[in-house]
Amino acid sequence: MSREDVLVSADWAEQHLGQDGIVFVEVDEDTSAYDKGHIAGAVKLDWRTELQDPVRRDFVDKAGFEALLSAKGIGNDDTVVLYGGNNHWFAAYAYWYFKLYGHQDVKLLDGGRKKWELDSRELTEDATQRPATQYRAKDQDTSIRAFRDEVVAAIGQQNLVDVRSPDEFAGRLFAPAHLPQEAAQRAGHIPTAVNVPWSKAANEDGTFKSDDELRALYTEAGLDPAKDTIAYCRIGERSSHSWFALHELLGEPNVKNYDGSWTEYGSLVGVPVEKSS
Amino acid sequence: MCGAPVQDEALDQTLPSNVDPATASIIQGRVVRDGEPVAAAYVRLLDRTGEFTAEVVSSATGVFRFYASPGRWTVRALAPGAAGSADLDAGVGFTEARVEGA
Repeated sequence: MSREDVLVSADWAEQHLGQDGIVFVEVDEDTSAYDKGHIAGAVKLDWRTELQDPVRRDFVDKAGFEALLSAKGIGNDDTVVLYGGNNHWFAAYAYWYFKLYGHQDVKLLDGGRKKWELDSRELTEDATQRPATQYRAKDQDTSIRAFRDEVVAAIGQQNLVDVRSPDEFAGRLFAPAHLPQEAAQRAGHIPTAVNVPWSKAANEDGTFKSDDELRALYTEAGLDPAKDTIAYCRIGERSSHSWFALHELLGEPNVKNYDGSWTEYGSLVGVPVEKSS
Repeated sequence: MCGAPVQDEALDQTLPSNVDPATASIIQGRVVRDGEPVAAAYVRLLDRTGEFTAEVVSSATGVFRFYASPGRWTVRALAPGAAGSADLDAGVGFTEARVEGA
């Protein structure tokens, strides 16, 4: 797999708007962003109401994902191009989520909404209509999803990459600073985790850094290429971004995203937690 | 853009119910270019080492807000064809910032 298979430029996107077999999908943290203007022909996915189980803390199940994509008019053979705001945290999360349910051809729009807007490219408020499909998902590919017990077992054994900001890693903040400081019972990080903030993988305009820059970043942070890797953040979206850099761009074979992340780990009873000064 | 320059009217100090201004550190302000507020600018909060901490999009009146901790911060704003930044020292409670040029 090469970079071109998983990441497309804004120019590529403009040239492929409206093309059969390519579906643009917007996923934002601010779920009202799409309604104020989106890429022509794009459909909206609401990560909070459509990708999460409404009762339990988990994803919608396979049947739910099938129903969702069918209703959105996305077919199994379609190329799905994901983009969003907030530095692509939630578009990367949706990318990982589509891969979890086995969608074959998914790509991220490099730079997402941010680069699109900074380039002053066109957005529309026109509604998108797509005929329903009969989408069939695969069983979850848990080779890319980590759960809490394997995270605890990975302490000192695997590469644990905490991709939150240094202040969250140190335990000075509980959450990104645009959110009220809430969530986990304890602040800090998982012992033996290295802190490689997700933002180091991206340029200021939201595009991903080059493969050489990314490789140097994770090597200098001390990731052992001989070991498996688990990435985590607060709720699993920023770590999807870093998972994308490690697994999809650099082609590291055994990288999992821990979507429970700090809001789960930092509330577990009895597990070790470290803080730094 | 025509019209009178925006006045620096007081920013809203209404907080979510789970934020206590007696303990929280709230950084808020406005992005301004040539005296006019800049809407839909990408505003990021960088920590004392210059590392990214958070990003928001400025409101229709150029306003942004972060929930941080006391310390030295930089607010940096990006808009099509322009950028600007401001350094500040935040304490507990509200700290106001004004970013020019974005």
